[in-house]
Amino acid sequence: MDAILLQVLNGIDKGSAYALIALGLTLIFGTLGVVNFAHGALFMIGAFVAVTVGKILDISKVTLDPVRVDFLGNPAKIKTPYVTEWFGEFGFWMIEWSVLVSVIVAIPVMVLIGIILERGLIKHFYDRPHADQILVTFGLAIVLQEVIKAVFGANPIPQSAPELLKGSLDFGVMIGMAENTVIYPLWRLVYFCFSDLIIGGVFAFLRFTTFGMVVRAGMADRETVGLLGINIDKRFTIMFGVAAAVAGLAGVMYTPINPPNYHMGMDFLVLSFVVVVVGGMGSLPGAVAAGFLLGILESFASMPLIKDAIAAIGLPSIDQIIIYLVAVIVLLVRPRGLMGKAGMMED
Amino acid sequence: MNLMKDRLLLIIFACVVLAAPLIFAPTGAAYPDLLQRFAIYGIFAIGFNILFGLTGYLSFGHAAFLGVGSYSAVWMFKLLSMNIVPALLLSIVIAGVFSLLIGYISLRRSGIYFSILTLALAQMCYNLAYSVLTPLTNGETGLQLRLDDPRILDAAGDAGSLPSTNFFGLEMKEVFWNPTIFGYDLQFNWGYYVCALLLILSFWISIRIFRSPFGLILRAVKTNQTRLNYTGINSRPYTLAAFVISGMFAGLAGGLLATMDPLAGAERMQWTVGGEVVLMVVLGGMGTLSGPVLGAVFIKYFENIFSKINDGVLHGWFAIMPEWIENAMVLIVSPFVGKGWHLTLGALFMIVVIFLPGGLVEGAQKIGAKLSGANKRAAKVGIE
Amino acid sequence: MSKLIMNRRGLLKTGAAVGAGMAMPTILTAASHAGYTNAPTGSTVTLGFNVPQTGAYADEGADELRAYELAVKHLNGQGDGGMMNTFSSKELKGNGILGKEVAFVTGDTQTKSDAARASAQSMIQKDGAVMITGGSSSGVAIAVQGLCQEAGVIFMAGLTHSNDTTGKDKKANGFRHFFNGYMSAAALAPVLAEMYGEDRNAYHLTADYTWGWTQQESIQAATEAKGWNTVANVLTPLTTTDFSSYVAPVLNSGADILVLNHYGGNMINSLTSAVQFGLRDKMVNGKNFEIVVPLYSRLMARGAGENVKGIFGSTNWHWSLQDEGSKAFVQSFGQEYGFPPSQAAHTVYCQTLLYADACERAGTHNPCGVAEALEGFKFSGLGNGDVEYRAEDHQCFKDVLVVKGKENPTSEFDLLEVVQVTPRAQVEYPADHPMFAGGALGSCNAGG
Repeated sequence: MDAILLQVLNGIDKGSAYALIALGLTLIFGTLGVVNFAHGALFMIGAFVAVTVGKILDISKVTLDPVRVDFLGNPAKIKTPYVTEWFGEFGFWMIEWSVLVSVIVAIPVMVLIGIILERGLIKHFYDRPHADQILVTFGLAIVLQEVIKAVFGANPIPQSAPELLKGSLDFGVMIGMAENTVIYPLWRLVYFCFSDLIIGGVFAFLRFTTFGMVVRAGMADRETVGLLGINIDKRFTIMFGVAAAVAGLAGVMYTPINPPNYHMGMDFLVLSFVVVVVGGMGSLPGAVAAGFLLGILESFASMPLIKDAIAAIGLPSIDQIIIYLVAVIVLLVRPRGLMGKAGMMED
Repeated sequence: MNLMKDRLLLIIFACVVLAAPLIFAPTGAAYPDLLQRFAIYGIFAIGFNILFGLTGYLSFGHAAFLGVGSYSAVWMFKLLSMNIVPALLLSIVIAGVFSLLIGYISLRRSGIYFSILTLALAQMCYNLAYSVLTPLTNGETGLQLRLDDPRILDAAGDAGSLPSTNFFGLEMKEVFWNPTIFGYDLQFNWGYYVCALLLILSFWISIRIFRSPFGLILRAVKTNQTRLNYTGINSRPYTLAAFVISGMFAGLAGGLLATMDPLAGAERMQWTVGGEVVLMVVLGGMGTLSGPVLGAVFIKYFENIFSKINDGVLHGWFAIMPEWIENAMVLIVSPFVGKGWHLTLGALFMIVVIFLPGGLVEGAQKIGAKLSGANKRAAKVGIE
Repeated sequence: MSKLIMNRRGLLKTGAAVGAGMAMPTILTAASHAGYTNAPTGSTVTLGFNVPQTGAYADEGADELRAYELAVKHLNGQGDGGMMNTFSSKELKGNGILGKEVAFVTGDTQTKSDAARASAQSMIQKDGAVMITGGSSSGVAIAVQGLCQEAGVIFMAGLTHSNDTTGKDKKANGFRHFFNGYMSAAALAPVLAEMYGEDRNAYHLTADYTWGWTQQESIQAATEAKGWNTVANVLTPLTTTDFSSYVAPVLNSGADILVLNHYGGNMINSLTSAVQFGLRDKMVNGKNFEIVVPLYSRLMARGAGENVKGIFGSTNWHWSLQDEGSKAFVQSFGQEYGFPPSQAAHTVYCQTLLYADACERAGTHNPCGVAEALEGFKFSGLGNGDVEYRAEDHQCFKDVLVVKGKENPTSEFDLLEVVQVTPRAQVEYPADHPMFAGGALGSCNAGG
């Protein structure tokens, strides 16, 4: 029982990352009709915004230590970050909560990147075949990740969560179970809440604002909305920016969970596409639901109990392939995914 | 008329392929290993083009067939004989069976759904090959020949060293002619010529398919599948056939990789390798006959030659300039070569997709048309 | 300062002389008159440095390349000579190898067996390399070792830790200076038993591929011999990026030790997850819960950041060692690049020197002569105490370091502290040990 509870918890946490990425992907696809293979790269760039902010906060004044020496026998360097020198306590607070600072920085940066990409590149591909869109964004993803590698290197760069949110929470004790049965890291719970907030925000934005209403109308029938004299292109550009920001924020918040590296975008890309396709291309609720579903299934597949049971009947361990297996089965049983609409992407 | 042009194209192609050790000498690529890779990935790309170029179905999973082909070939070397004929036959057959299976499942869907299905199935194959199927694939290390393999058809060889792959006694890695022409030290080896002949054969098959009624239906699938279905033709058997044919080409390529170098690694099945063949076909020109081969040569050249340009080599290039210009040039160029070869490749690929949807072949045609001043139709001769 | 640049330029140009062959014809291969592959005919001898330059291990590859360039420089008589001055064999004079200037070519393994073989093959066929060295994973090392055996050149392995490299996949032309999974386990187990007690219950998370399996097998055997109990061994897919679902059940399994048989990105992510779950703050069975990482590298420690603090593991070498050889190398490397070398840099530097020295002692570049000179070779002064290249399996036997993540690092390179230098005798094993059985060296191949 506790093991199952633990994996459900784990699954919704994993799922929230999948859901966030799939949400952004679906936004772009639903509004612009573009299959964006560079979406994983946007996630990765978000994470590296956090790395950059961390590095900027860490820019230090160097003074020489009169006593200690470094490995070559030269005087050791003492580094004092400028922010602490300039802002005192507040500077230390900024370094401590650099993830939060990064979130604030990432929103405008990612929206800007999104708009530049849309105006500069994606716009020219609206009328090209989907295969061309996949190819050009695939190329873009390679270029973006190689640029990041050239700047930051290939090794992961750890980012730490604020001290306050570093520990873990003992859930089991809270609901009357024994100690240490169901514990969960605080930051992952933060991530879960954060992604729910973003998902809720995006839905509310589309549902309850005039802007959102127009965009939804445009998703349903672009030409008619255009005929009504509404500049739908401009709004779609902004939606691309929003989607980029969603992906970027997912990346920023992910950095304390796993140290970011330049190829994390590609790692998530395949997965997020599987999520979107399972949810149904173009369906926002579908993407979110599929994200959580796959997260939970993945967690269950990695339980030792289930691994053992499957090994006992002579099959290879299922956690290697569970995501793909689910995708194949869903697509064969429900060809449009869980909540897909007819006619989407069927050419 | 068309027939004549095709013949001409085939003859030119064959001449270029057969003379490749000489033609590539000035580019530094004329050593047996890379030439064979050109030919093998050329076959892979030709096969992929039959599916992608004609029907427009974008598969990200063809790496799986390449890998399966390699594994089958190496198992033949281990169990039966070092002769490449049974190995290649088995790779084609097994890859055909696999592609029938995967194609049957994935082709129930089209568009992006098809792409994701092939991607998912191929990733499953890769993950399984890398770890849980290790008894069959030798996992991370890759399937290799061992001294104590049975090889029941072969006579016992030298106990201390591994036998080499051969075509009825002709050793694949043997350099049979090593002349010096125009100051270049050339190496002609059997392995390349086996691959070259199969490449020419593949090219010929590809021409035949492009010109056949079957090819016409495949093109119709790409242009407008719905209309095709309304005319009473069920397109699925045709697309499945195209899928299996391209899978068998991939299997042949995988088998040939093993004949060149009897090792089959799971990385060959990763989706990025499947992505690479997409790059090759698009870069060269999808739907054209010679484009895929061109793309394959281009990418393999990048991978093997561009990646070896280190700062030292760059300093050598710019050594005639004053020192500060030399250093500046090295600083500017080095992010794009050597360890940065991926970046250059990605950027180049984007440029081709954006400005030259017809790939390098289209680019060459445009340049050709400009140079000769002839009209567009004349420039298209021979390639389309 | 300008002198340094001059030296560097000089060195780079030597590299260029061969590398420029990209656009120039090269005289190569089938130099059958000398009786072996790529016998050097001109005034230079070419070495092939095959390291990952793209992919997850690119930074490790870059560090290896730095060490190779430094070694070439020292062999050609530039710079301060580094460990050549402390090396017990005094054959190297700083005039290249056998009087021929050392040149080199570089290639990208991409950490894929296929790409690594292609790259090595081009060095052999196109650039006329007489020795191939490098690599940052066991799969690649074993694949390239096999190729070098067939082509008839020497392979000096870089960073490869799997038992198989000198176990069931050993080859007559291949040599490994780096230590292996068995040695890690043999060195770690006594320290662990001493620090954490002998009645511990260990939970293993193991990367699901060859290296992970051999590492896990070794450490399980070694710790069980010390009285530990193994609760479970869970295999994790290589492509896993989020290990939370594997880490979550650990605390409730009755185990009080978590052993992470992971390397590179896998290890960084699994350790980060384990620390996030607060495992190290917990008490289980009345004991402090502990985490162990059998194989450490500095890049991994950097990637995992503060999570490595206080966590035990093993390394082949560390720059804080105070013997003459290590000090000379750190000094030389630090002067050149401004930061201390990693263990990967150290092992490839040693390999290059060892190869050159073997050529000098054999009086030839012929791989069979070189192999004979290396077999059973005893030396010291390269930073690992008294070392021997065992003739039976071409594995170096030397002291192994047990290290611990440093609590108060003074710089981004100062992440590990040496807890114990485990003497060589304690990590030695017979050549026919069951974990290494199943292969044969075969006979040396000189190609030609």
